[in-house]
Amino acid sequence: MAKGMVLINEDRCKGCGLCVSVCPVHILRLADGRFNAKGYRPVEVTDPEACTGCAMCATICPDVVFTVYRQRRKPKQAAATA
Amino acid sequence: MATVEIPADMELVYKYPESLTEAHTHYCPGCTHGVIHRLIAEVLDELGVRERTIGIAPVGCSVLAYYYFNMDFAEAAHGRAPAMATGLKRVSPDKVVFTYQGDGDLAAIGTAEIIHAVNRGELFTTIFVNNAIYGMTGGQMAPTTLPGQVTTSSPYGRDVETAGFPIHMAELVGQLPGAAYVTRQAVLDVPGIRRTKKAIKLAFQTQLAGLGFSMVEVLSTCGTNWHMGPLEALEWAKEHMVEYFPLGDTKMTDRVRALKEGK
Ligand SMILES: Cc1ncc(C[n+]2csc(CCOP(=O)(O)OP(=O)(O)O)c2C)c(N)n1
Ligand code: SF4
Ligand code: SF4
Repeated sequence: MAKGMVLINEDRCKGCGLCVSVCPVHILRLADGRFNAKGYRPVEVTDPEACTGCAMCATICPDVVFTVYRQRRKPKQAAATA
Repeated sequence: MATVEIPADMELVYKYPESLTEAHTHYCPGCTHGVIHRLIAEVLDELGVRERTIGIAPVGCSVLAYYYFNMDFAEAAHGRAPAMATGLKRVSPDKVVFTYQGDGDLAAIGTAEIIHAVNRGELFTTIFVNNAIYGMTGGQMAPTTLPGQVTTSSPYGRDVETAGFPIHMAELVGQLPGAAYVTRQAVLDVPGIRRTKKAIKLAFQTQLAGLGFSMVEVLSTCGTNWHMGPLEALEWAKEHMVEYFPLGDTKMTDRVRALKEGK
């Protein structure tokens, strides 16, 4: 099970690649031969299972492309409050 | 976006800030104006003050900031945002008022406005984006351009003999008695972005506590007019700008320090 998960709002992406440079597990790349509505090569995840949910990508993104989820530290406690 | 199932054991750790509209910005790819917008929005969300905040946009690349922030906004004439902020904050002291200004706006045409607003101890916050160049107009030399830096109006590099030295606004403003909290930060890597966010938060908290003027100078990139790619621009700024514009606080009154330390 992946520890984290990112959702990518593709059409906001300008293909600047800053996220690609900071992802500690190197699972981000710019799409090859595919373009978004703005005409840029959007970022995509190569190996979703490896995502740690660290949110480094979201922290450096100038265009708020990422939404990030991470596994709860104490699943039992969280389930109790849900 | 397609709907995706979120596993039940996962929690949301980063979401789109409410203090931003859904508009796509016109900034160039990798331009850190976008990062700074995001940090301000995250801070205003965290402080729960979005609905009583008024921003003032400058003239410069961020002239359209009012389309991007989800709150009341005014647009000032070039460099005059601090004068407008003075009026807005004085007539509506319960509002959170901030200016967002570039280095051409704040450190060239608007130098008088910022200096006197700080000297009067006006109770607003300034976010000062220093990218060492005039972005919007095509990359001319700014007062903050580094010695030797090539721009469209200093094609042989800035010559300090004729064009003067880069102006250190955080140091200049920090020494005025009206300033409560002034700092210089940089959004050139993830740790720096995190520190910048903390500084922006403290600046707004300073205003909310009525402790005096607060300003965060943020070292930012302009890959387009520096003629560099987004990553290269971050590296160039880290290598050259930080050396000339040292990071850190240039003013923190005892009351702001107590606020920071939660006393
Ligand atoms: C009164 C007036 N003078 C000059 C200009 C031209 N002008 C527009 S933006 C700008 C400089 C912007 O540079 P900066 O504040 O550094 O912002 P950036 O675009 O780099 O974010 C100038 C000189 C203007 N719009 N109005
Ligand atoms: S959350 Fe962290 S690990 Fe996951 S894609 Fe973003 S930077 Fe990579
Ligand atoms: S010209 Fe420079 S400051 Fe303006 S949006 Fe482009 S990179 Fe940003």
